[in-house]
Amino acid sequence: MLFFLRLALRNLFRHKLRTSLTALGIVIAIVAFALLRTVVDAWYAGAEATSANRLITRNAISLIFPLPISYANRIRQIDGITGLSYSNWFGGVYIDERNFFPQFAIEPKSYLELYPEFILSETEKTAFIKDRKGAIAGRKLAEEYGWKIGDVIPLRGTIYSGSWSFVLRGIYRGAERKTDETLFLFHWDNLNETLKKTDPSRAERVGVFVLRIDRGGRAAELSDAVDRLFENSLAETLTETEEAFQLGFVAMTEAILVAIKIVSFVVIAIIMAVMANTMAMSTRERRREYATLKAVGFGSRYLLALILGESLALSIGSGILGILAAFPAAGILAAKFGTLFPVFEISSRTIQFGLFASCLIGLTAAVFPAWRVITFPVSEGLRSIG
Amino acid sequence: MSAKPKDLRAAGPVRYMNPIVEIENLTKHYWKGDQIVPVLADINLVIREGDFLALMGPSGSGKSTLLNLIAGLDRPTGGVLRVGGINIAELPESSLTDWRSEHVGFIFQFYNLMPVLTAFENVELPLLLTGLSKRERREHVELVLELVGLTDRMDHYPSQLSGGQQQRVAIARALVVDPALIVADEPTGDLDRVSAEEVLELMEHLNLNLGKTIIMVTHDQRAAAKAHAIRHLDKGVLTDDPSGTD
Repeated sequence: MLFFLRLALRNLFRHKLRTSLTALGIVIAIVAFALLRTVVDAWYAGAEATSANRLITRNAISLIFPLPISYANRIRQIDGITGLSYSNWFGGVYIDERNFFPQFAIEPKSYLELYPEFILSETEKTAFIKDRKGAIAGRKLAEEYGWKIGDVIPLRGTIYSGSWSFVLRGIYRGAERKTDETLFLFHWDNLNETLKKTDPSRAERVGVFVLRIDRGGRAAELSDAVDRLFENSLAETLTETEEAFQLGFVAMTEAILVAIKIVSFVVIAIIMAVMANTMAMSTRERRREYATLKAVGFGSRYLLALILGESLALSIGSGILGILAAFPAAGILAAKFGTLFPVFEISSRTIQFGLFASCLIGLTAAVFPAWRVITFPVSEGLRSIG
Repeated sequence: MSAKPKDLRAAGPVRYMNPIVEIENLTKHYWKGDQIVPVLADINLVIREGDFLALMGPSGSGKSTLLNLIAGLDRPTGGVLRVGGINIAELPESSLTDWRSEHVGFIFQFYNLMPVLTAFENVELPLLLTGLSKRERREHVELVLELVGLTDRMDHYPSQLSGGQQQRVAIARALVVDPALIVADEPTGDLDRVSAEEVLELMEHLNLNLGKTIIMVTHDQRAAAKAHAIRHLDKGVLTDDPSGTD
């Protein structure tokens, strides 16, 4: 069989241009496949970075309706709730509308306790907590805009009108690769005090409560307990796991994700057809050689090994190159996307998918030509013009 | 397949009388749509061990089809076809493939060498189906390449060899498993006169000195003259007296 593998490899390079172009096609297809899958993964990154011990409580009607801050004390009384914080989506504009990044007004101390994956030095943490005008930003966000500690960050309010400015007191980094490093966080008190003066009806309100629970397994029970507490109130609540909350956002754009997934598979299907054509051409040209092998006594399994070996060597070799090329391509794309996707990295699952797709391309491309070679009569094959 | 080729060096001038090919009332036809196209009709033929038989006839007379049937490359529509005492028409496909690898050596008009393999590797091909070690295979290949006078060309690819040399490699490949029967389909059809003569002399040597039974299809009268017997086919029928085969 080793001899046949050698023969398969030599056959592969008989038409260097054809093989190179097919390999290039597979490389491009695998890169495209990997990037499209990474875009889908990036969409789900928020959900993947969640903790099983965190619940989110929001207004049952819609996320756009806030909840009274007074709910906090009642929620804390529930047995099993071990921590509570809150946040408001700010939605400000940094210089230009194109400079989008998520901004939240938070209660710093409790929020950072609930999110230990946001790593800040003690000095920065203390500076942020002490300064009501202070803010912190994720590492990627700070890099994107070249911010340094002490910089004043101006934001133009959209939901909360007016000009706002914050002093950058810290730059956090994520404890894990999947941690979102594109957030901009500032004091909820700062927002609230301003609203008390400018728009009192919107003061003392929070967008969501973030709850830490004692055990992930109690999520459903405790969610229910929180929501029962505010049944028949003016602002009923909906509590769910942090993951479910994040997936709710993903679901809003599910049609786009499905389209991207379909396109990624279409890319593979197209290259399968191209590869199948290459293999069909190659085997048709070598019909007399295969007939000769059959004549001298090589049975179906040898011919199958020869054709499959050639096809798989081309598809897997190109697939590996494609996966390797996908890493710098993803890097370039991540830089282009800026802070649009907090995490844009090729996952191990995408690599596995890519390799599986490469094998599948090789296998499917070889099936029909191999079947043709195995089944054609030897005498007919010997008459073929090569 | 476990049978190992015999050492060709042990062979000498030989001639046998036992039948190696026995054909009785052999017919072959093809279907073209719902129409039957007869190719061979009622063929009766006996070829003895050590014979060198030339099959001649106009194009489309069925001579290559008859050769393919004898070599187990095709199956007859009717009749009996025994080679070496085995009715090969009744063998299942996998057994027939194994049988071919052990008993038949092939020489083709266009040599049919693998262009990506060297002369050595091309000759080695049939031996890969045997249980021989790499060292034993090397010995056998070198022996037959020496026999066909191509020891110094063993590392050459077919494209680096002349037509005559390529055909000699093909002969070495046919010979390397020491088959009882060698079938040659127009072995000189693609060669110039000098190369053709060399190839024919080599085949004559295989027949006379190594005792190989050779069945050769040819249009070439000079090639046919090397054979012990010539049989003519016309429109699928053997047209001359079979007694001539002895």
